[in-house]
Amino acid sequence: MSDAAMTSEPHDETAPASSAMPDTAMPAGDRAIVPADSIAGRALVAVIAIMTFLAALTLGAVVLIRAAASEWQSDVEREVTIQIKPVSGRNIDADVSKAADIATGLAGVAGVRPYSRAESARLLEPWLGTGLTLDDLPVPRLIVVRIATDATPDLAALAKALTDQIPGASLDDHRGWIDRMRAMGRTAVAIGLGLLVLVLAATTLSVTFATGGAMAANRAIIEVLHFVGAKDAFIAAQFQRHFLLLGLKGGVIGGVAAMLLFLLAGLFGDWFKGTAGEEQVSALFGSFALGPEGYGAIVGLIALIAAVTAGTSRVTVYRTLGSIE
Amino acid sequence: MVRFENVGLRYGLGPEVLRDLSFRVDPHSFQFLTGPSGAGKTSLLRLLYLSLKPTRGLITLFGHDVAMLSPDALATLRRRVGIVFQDFRLLDHMSTYENVALPLRVLGREEASYRDEVMELLHWVGLGERMWARPPVLSGGEKQRAAIARAVIARPQLLLADEPTGNVDPVLARRLLRLFIELNKSGTSVVIATHDIALMDLLDARRLVLHEGRMHIYE
Repeated sequence: MSDAAMTSEPHDETAPASSAMPDTAMPAGDRAIVPADSIAGRALVAVIAIMTFLAALTLGAVVLIRAAASEWQSDVEREVTIQIKPVSGRNIDADVSKAADIATGLAGVAGVRPYSRAESARLLEPWLGTGLTLDDLPVPRLIVVRIATDATPDLAALAKALTDQIPGASLDDHRGWIDRMRAMGRTAVAIGLGLLVLVLAATTLSVTFATGGAMAANRAIIEVLHFVGAKDAFIAAQFQRHFLLLGLKGGVIGGVAAMLLFLLAGLFGDWFKGTAGEEQVSALFGSFALGPEGYGAIVGLIALIAAVTAGTSRVTVYRTLGSIE
Repeated sequence: MVRFENVGLRYGLGPEVLRDLSFRVDPHSFQFLTGPSGAGKTSLLRLLYLSLKPTRGLITLFGHDVAMLSPDALATLRRRVGIVFQDFRLLDHMSTYENVALPLRVLGREEASYRDEVMELLHWVGLGERMWARPPVLSGGEKQRAAIARAVIARPQLLLADEPTGNVDPVLARRLLRLFIELNKSGTSVVIATHDIALMDLLDARRLVLHEGRMHIYE
């Protein structure tokens, strides 16, 4: 206003006494158009942090169960058993030794362990009691064949060689067990994924509604920006940036808390290594180590939640602008 | 500058609150918009600042048919219009200075480029010592002046004020009127919506009188 000096300044006699005093507070420069800190904003961060924590725990649990299921399956797959049934007129010990030689000669076999007579007797102790003489019973003998990691030996050829050369020999590749394990593993992972989808849906909905609630407090800002000539994209960008930061803040708090929990669980697992309890738990769930895949998934979850928060604020801005015009 | 031709407005399926309005607001003009409560002053102002679309008729603003414009084009037009709301609509989390500077920030200007301009205007409206105070601690009159300063900082071609003297005493009302006259002298067209007859009697200006949704113009 170049002609400002020509005009006398209006003076407000109704102003409170304090208004007569100059304000000494200095400007903060370009203060954020959307208030950086508000009760609604803090509540939103808390909701996001809690929901991210729960979703990250579910996600981590699914990753662990998936890894454990695959471990159960590969453990069973890494062993096959040769069974030698007694056949009259044949020396079973010689047949066991011959079968062990055939198995050892197969590519991809890491080790062969024939069960001795005494060991076979011990296997039957729970049912038949001690002091058993196997000579009196036609008890089959077992040979456990360990398969090398990542190897795929030709088990069909082994089965054929055994049945051709040793009458009464058969190969059990645990197909039935593997099928059951596979079904169980798949079921466990499917249940986990189902839960994860539900938790993610609940998280997305909670974050969406909480963001909508926090945005309601900002309607006045949207209206003022609109009436001073701000374009819709400018207004949306202000809120999107602000709510992206809120989403990241809440997501990082919840996600990092879940990561720390998994790290601590892994450490406790190491401390109790060798105890009966730890063996049971690790047999079922493997180790609690999430691995890069699990931690990466949690980081992805944090990014997803921040994006949902920012996206919701953007949609709300456009909806509010639509209702103003 | 502004042209209304047979403009009608109704809310939803209700009766028409504004009927067959035809008038112009010329460049550099000064007019009061008046009428009894419920006559449609605020609705007409909302049409003028593009917050409502008419049910029928034609509105042109700065030569543009507003019904044909995109949201971005409407935002660009709004930058040429300053609005003083009856309830001020200042943002409580910002200082008076920041509130007044908001239209310039929206234009994408850097703070260094407008700082002196905003400070000068705040001194001009008598808020030189209150520029860092936030609206909740300002008096009614101070808020009113801050709202006026925000409306004129970007040098609008048209200023719309809704009951700008509704919250102040007669002495301050006269001073605010003088402020609007000064703005008008500097080239801004002014439309003041008021039902304060004493205020209107202070100035021999055009009167747009709304009564039961129809307009009577007294030049």
